[in-house]
Amino acid sequence: MRYLRTNESMCRGVRACMRICAQTFYKTDDTSYSAIQVTEKPDGSMKITVCTQCGVCIDICPTQALSRNKLGVVMLDKKKCIGCFMCVGFCPEDAFFQHPKLPYPIKCTACGQCPKVCPHHALEIADVNLSTHAKEVTTLRLAQ
Amino acid sequence: MQNYHAFQYTPHGADVAALKSAHRTIAEFAYEPAPVKRGYARKTLYVNVGTGEIRVKDVTQQMIDIFIGGRGFGLYYLWHATKPTTRWNDPENEIVIGGGPICGITQYPGTGKSLCVSLSPTTGVPIDSNVGGYAGPLLKTSGFDALEIQGIAQTEVVVVIDGQQGVVRIEEAPGEAQDSHVAAEQLTEMYAKNDADRVNVSVISSGAGGQHSLIGCLNFSFYDLRRKATRLKQAGRGGIGTVLRQKKVKAIVVHGRPITANVNDVADFDRVSKAGVRLHRELAHYDDVQCKMRTQGTAHLVEIMDAHDLLPVHNFQYGSHPDSYRIRSSVWERYFTQGIPDGCWYGCSMACAHAVDGFELRTGPYAGHRVIVDGPEYETIGGLGSCCGIFDPEVILESNFYCDTYGIDTISYGTICAFVMECWQRGILNAERTGGLELTWGNGEAHLEMMHQLARGEGFGAIAGQGVHRMKEIFLEKGWTKDAQLLDDIGMENKGLEYSQYVSKESLAQQGGYALTNKGPQHDEAWLIFMDMVSNLIPTFEAKAEALHYFPLFRTWFGLQGLCKLPWNDIEPVDNRQTPEPAKVPAHVANYLDLVAGVTGRELDSAGLIRESERVYNFQRVFDIRQGKGIRTFDHAPYRSVGPVSKEEYESRQERYDQQLVDLIGRKPDEVAKMSTEEKMAAHREWRTGRFEKLSDTVYRRRGWTWNAVPKPEHLKALGIDFPEVMAVVNAQLEKDRKAGVKTD
Repeated sequence: MRYLRTNESMCRGVRACMRICAQTFYKTDDTSYSAIQVTEKPDGSMKITVCTQCGVCIDICPTQALSRNKLGVVMLDKKKCIGCFMCVGFCPEDAFFQHPKLPYPIKCTACGQCPKVCPHHALEIADVNLSTHAKEVTTLRLAQ
Repeated sequence: MQNYHAFQYTPHGADVAALKSAHRTIAEFAYEPAPVKRGYARKTLYVNVGTGEIRVKDVTQQMIDIFIGGRGFGLYYLWHATKPTTRWNDPENEIVIGGGPICGITQYPGTGKSLCVSLSPTTGVPIDSNVGGYAGPLLKTSGFDALEIQGIAQTEVVVVIDGQQGVVRIEEAPGEAQDSHVAAEQLTEMYAKNDADRVNVSVISSGAGGQHSLIGCLNFSFYDLRRKATRLKQAGRGGIGTVLRQKKVKAIVVHGRPITANVNDVADFDRVSKAGVRLHRELAHYDDVQCKMRTQGTAHLVEIMDAHDLLPVHNFQYGSHPDSYRIRSSVWERYFTQGIPDGCWYGCSMACAHAVDGFELRTGPYAGHRVIVDGPEYETIGGLGSCCGIFDPEVILESNFYCDTYGIDTISYGTICAFVMECWQRGILNAERTGGLELTWGNGEAHLEMMHQLARGEGFGAIAGQGVHRMKEIFLEKGWTKDAQLLDDIGMENKGLEYSQYVSKESLAQQGGYALTNKGPQHDEAWLIFMDMVSNLIPTFEAKAEALHYFPLFRTWFGLQGLCKLPWNDIEPVDNRQTPEPAKVPAHVANYLDLVAGVTGRELDSAGLIRESERVYNFQRVFDIRQGKGIRTFDHAPYRSVGPVSKEEYESRQERYDQQLVDLIGRKPDEVAKMSTEEKMAAHREWRTGRFEKLSDTVYRRRGWTWNAVPKPEHLKALGIDFPEVMAVVNAQLEKDRKAGVKTD
């Protein structure tokens, strides 16, 4: 299954990922529309918040608007979404975003655009089996 | 435990084409659904099933300013539809159903409630009962803030409100089942255009119990996407289901336009959404360590109540039982299907509408069927279970299912059954009088059979269906006892409504919370046991009176807006205990102020919130008075809710009661040692009833009412509800009181 693997230690806060994401999906330079968010921790290092495709949200959604596609990526069907934002509140990574201007949440679809523009190789598209993914996601959470 | 097969149910929706072909349109009305803006469609629907009149009414600015919506609109319409002489079964009595401005948003937990208002068959005064399910929001997407149903139909009908087509019809419907789990499935199948459209259909119905008793409830359905089945939620209290069946309305079908993120066209979507995300996060992080609403629902309360001697046992004689472990929350958690978003409206991450799937029934007309049991919730477990001495979870599940599908209020039925079981214990009833039903404590078979009789309108069950208030009269009329005082003491009703399931003997504030009410003893207005008894936060009469002013009004506000109470304080922010008034959950009050401003565009502060409720609450009190009730005498509490009635009851908690004689009543220890149990009970009774009366005085004063519980004219003026028709009722009552020498200040 496919997801965006992050390596925070490589991130220098350039935020090219955020710009390309907002540009790709919303045709805007306003990075609040980005499904990946890079913030600075108190120690000056970078925190990358993005969907791990863990799928907790699938069972939370009351309208079954969330499901995995063939690649294993959790996709939002905007036609089914009723904008309750329960997925936002229950995301273990806080990687589902409620945007002030949108009636539905924003999440990463592992489209692969951001790794292409990251100058420090902090991002890559990973394609792993479920058990590996579970281990990686757990590791990722522990690391954070 | 049975080996349940999740999501396997006995189907009922197969032959709807034949059922539909038997329909005959009695009246039809085409309309253009009004757009909803800032929470209001500003239109309501009037349907007279007797005359066939269907029309749309405009919502006035005064209705919005004074009555807000939901329960407020219900009381407003009911007042104008009825007369002081109107009784529940007169054609002019109405059932008014409406949400409120916030009802139908999908961003915040508990925002899909409908409020149902009618003149109650058991109390004779307006009852309001709130319910989940999708009908309220779908009524709104059909272009209506409320629905009035008036008249009595000639034949069995369904009222169909099709907001997608812009048409309202009264259809003769001879074939559909009246029991709700079947009717809801049949009518959802009949009126949904296709599979995906089922979520846009909600069916309001009652059942055979509503037909043959005074304690009928309304069932509101919603289509559960994951179970692929219709589910039911209940407007339980006060017999509104009885009114529906008396009107020969088999069901009301609301087929609304699809729900999207912003059907209310709110003023500030971001503000509403942010409040919702805050609460979703609290639930995600803390529900498991707080109330476990997402896994157990209100069933989590069973062992807490048992531990604090508050779980009703044997008709509220006792507050705990050694067998209560058999109905504790972990038992229900195993029965409930887990991992499903069990909200009764979209966006409810509290998700407490749990269900037992594939439950196989043993008794009654559906024996052998596999069904969904919605719940049980705490009140149902207490009522159908411990209050009747029943600790078999499968009897409780069976009873819960039949109550729902028959359209019977589980709380009233539980308290009724407990009352008749105590009458059996005390020799007032026997097998000859009950037609062979052995109504002994814990007899689940008799408990269920009495319910089936009730639904058929037969035997002793038909008597039980009249409710505790009427049963007391019947038992005396039949000469089964001459002890009216005993019946009055153990009959757990006030104003004609049965008590809900908390033992209030050791909480004076809760005694007031139950009895000093507009509609009778329910847990909707005030639930102060923990605050009062366990935490001792309101020790004085004045503090209790303040709580009995604030909390009923705060809770009334949910009913004006279309909100559920549970997300207010069944989850708390982690720092809530550090706030000055944790019982009010200030952070969540702030959320509600965000919601009302975010939806309607009208900024409100917490004092304004209370003021909104105070208008409607006082209006409802005046309404009660208009119907010949509503004064002090009707706030009388049965002594069982106040103190120990029987010797065994006293002796079961003798240490506590003896200690109270010394600590609270002022008797000397050596004097207590010499007193007989009867003398101790008499001393308790004098003290307990005395302080209840003193509480009543203090509460009425705080509420701006006279000694006789009549809202004072100057108070009504200050609230801005000094309408001529309101003042006429109050002035007439005050004049009557003056003539009778009753205090009017």
